[in-house]
Amino acid sequence: MTTQSPTTPRPVRGPRLRQARPTSPRRGHRGSRPRRSPLLTVLTGIVLVYSLLPLAWLLINATKTQGDLFTSFGLWFGDSFALFSNIAATVSYDDGIFLRWFANTVLYVVLGAGGATALAVAGGYGLAKFDFPGKRGVFAVVIGAVAVPGTALAVPTFLMFSQMGLTNTPWSVIIPSLISPFGLYLMWTFAAEAIPRELLEAARVDGASELRTFVQICLPLLAPGIVTVLLFTMVATWNNYFLPLIMLKNPDWYPLTLGLNAWNAQAATAGGEAIFNLVITGSVLTIVPLVIAFLFLQRYWQSGLAAGSVKE
Amino acid sequence: MAQAVAVTPPVAPRRRQARRWSGWGFVGPFMAVFALVFLAPIIYSIWLSVFRTQLVGGTTFVGLENYQRALQDDQFWSALGRVSAFLVVQVPIMLGIALLVALAIDSGRLYGRDFFRISIFLPYAVPAVVATLMWGFMYGTRFGLVGNINDALGVSLPNPLSPDLVLAAIGNIVTWEFVGYNMLIFYAALRTVPTSLYEAAEIDGAGQWQVIRAIKIPAIRGALVIATIFSIIGSFQLFNEPSILQALAPNAITTYFTPNLYAYSLSFSGQQYNYSATVAIIMGLLTMAIAYVVQLRGMRKEA
Repeated sequence: MTTQSPTTPRPVRGPRLRQARPTSPRRGHRGSRPRRSPLLTVLTGIVLVYSLLPLAWLLINATKTQGDLFTSFGLWFGDSFALFSNIAATVSYDDGIFLRWFANTVLYVVLGAGGATALAVAGGYGLAKFDFPGKRGVFAVVIGAVAVPGTALAVPTFLMFSQMGLTNTPWSVIIPSLISPFGLYLMWTFAAEAIPRELLEAARVDGASELRTFVQICLPLLAPGIVTVLLFTMVATWNNYFLPLIMLKNPDWYPLTLGLNAWNAQAATAGGEAIFNLVITGSVLTIVPLVIAFLFLQRYWQSGLAAGSVKE
Repeated sequence: MAQAVAVTPPVAPRRRQARRWSGWGFVGPFMAVFALVFLAPIIYSIWLSVFRTQLVGGTTFVGLENYQRALQDDQFWSALGRVSAFLVVQVPIMLGIALLVALAIDSGRLYGRDFFRISIFLPYAVPAVVATLMWGFMYGTRFGLVGNINDALGVSLPNPLSPDLVLAAIGNIVTWEFVGYNMLIFYAALRTVPTSLYEAAEIDGAGQWQVIRAIKIPAIRGALVIATIFSIIGSFQLFNEPSILQALAPNAITTYFTPNLYAYSLSFSGQQYNYSATVAIIMGLLTMAIAYVVQLRGMRKEA
C-alpha cells in the first residue's frame, strides 16, 4: 500500500476504503497540521450550497399546499404548513398506490440489490483467490461488458423477456438488477487484499471445505467490502428508472421512481388532475429512506474499515 | 479451525483436481446470470440488427442495411451531436469542480471537512427521477425559482426549459447529481498518497501548488482516467433526465434528443426493433472505442 500505480484498480475501490479515515485518529498526514483557511472554506462552500439548496427547496415546498406552491416564494414557507396533510394525501391518493409503489421498491431492492451483492461477493472472492480454467476469459468478458451501455441491452432484454413471458412481472426488474459488474470488480480487488493466502492454505490444511472456509473465515473479513457493494447496488436499484420503464406497463408493479414520474406526467395529460404537491412530497418520501440508509451504512463501514486498517 | 484435523494426510491427486475447478463454484452463479442478462441480449441485438421486419413480407435478412441507414439518418446524427456537445462541455466542468473540492477537502484547510464531504456527496443518493423533477420545477416559470426571481426583480430571465437552453439545463442536473460521487473517487485516491512524499516535498520547500502539481495530480491519474471513462459512458447513455423532463418541456425535447431516447422511441413507440437495436449497437461500439482511447492516452505516460 505504499505506491499508487494507476494500472491497479485501487482508485475505484478507494472511496469505500478511504472513507474510513476521518473516524480513525488523525493521521500525521502532513507533519505539521495545516492552518485552516476561511477563504478556502467559503469557496468550497459555494459547491456545498449548490449541493444542498435544491434539497432545501424540495423540503420547504413539501410543506405547501398546491395553492401556496404557485403563490409563495420558492425558498421560504407558504401561508400554511401542510407537510402532514401532504404526507397523508400522498399515501392515501388513489387508494394508497404510493404505499404499493414503496413496497415494490423495497422488494426490488431486497431481492435485486441483495442478490447482486451475494453474486458479486462470491464471484469476486472466486476470482481473487482461485486459479481455475477459463479465469482469463471471465475477466475479459466482464471487463468488456462494463463498457457496454445499458440501453444497448435494454431493447433486446425486453424482447427476450417478453418471449419468456417475464415482462410486466417483478422478475423483469429483479433479474437484470442481479448483475453488478462494478460490484464484482470491487469485491475482487477487495478480496485480493483483505484475505491473506496463508489463511486459506491453513484452512485447507485443516481440512475445512471451501464453502465453510468462505462462510466462516472469509465473509467476516470481507464485511466492509460487502457493505460497500450493498450500498452501491441499493442506490442503483432504488433509483432505477429505465429498466422498469420498459419492462412494466401495470402501475401496480411500478417502483417509486416510475410512480412519481407518472404523477408528474398526469398534469400534462388532458383531464388529468395536477397534483404537484403530491409529486414533491412523494419525492421527499422517496429520498428519505435512502439518505438514512446511506448515513447509517456509512457509519457502519467506517468503523469496520477503521478496524481493518490497523495494519497500515 | 483449531478443532479440525491436526495431522493432515497428503492431499490426494483427486482432491487437487477438484480444487482446480472449485473457483467456478463461486464464480459460476454470477456468470450464469451474467450470461442471461448481458451476453444473451448482446448476441440477440446483433442478430436483430441484421434483419428487417415488415408487416408485409415478414422478417428478411438485410445484412448491414440497417447500419447504412443509421449512418444516413439525420435524426441519429443530431442526437449524437447533442450528446457529444454535452460530453465536451459538461464532463470537464463536472470533473473540474469535483477535483477542486477533493483537493480542498484533502488539504485539511477547511473548517468542517467531514460535513463538506458528506453533504456534497448526498445528491448521489437522490434518484435521477427526483433530481430531474426537482430541478425541472425550479426551472419552471410558474412556481419555480426562475419564476420567483422574474417576479421579484421584474426581469425576465431566459427560460431554462426552452429548446436553446434545455441541454445546458440537463447538464446542470447531471453535474449536480455526480459532482460528489466523482469528488469522493478523487478524494479517496488522494488519501493513498504516502505521507513520506509530502514530507520530502516539505523538506525541499515546495509550496502548496507545487505539491498539487507534482505529487497529487500524478498520484491520482488513474482515478482521473476512470472517472473520465465513466463520465463518457454516462454522457453517451444520457436518457433519464431528458426523458423525465419531457413532461415539463414537451416542445424542447424531441423523441430523438439523445441516441438512447431515439433507440427507445424507435422500439417502444415505433415498433422498429431491428433499427433500434442497430442504433444501440452503434452507440455501444462508439462508447467502447472512446473509452479505450481515453484509457490508452491516460495511462501512456505512466508506464
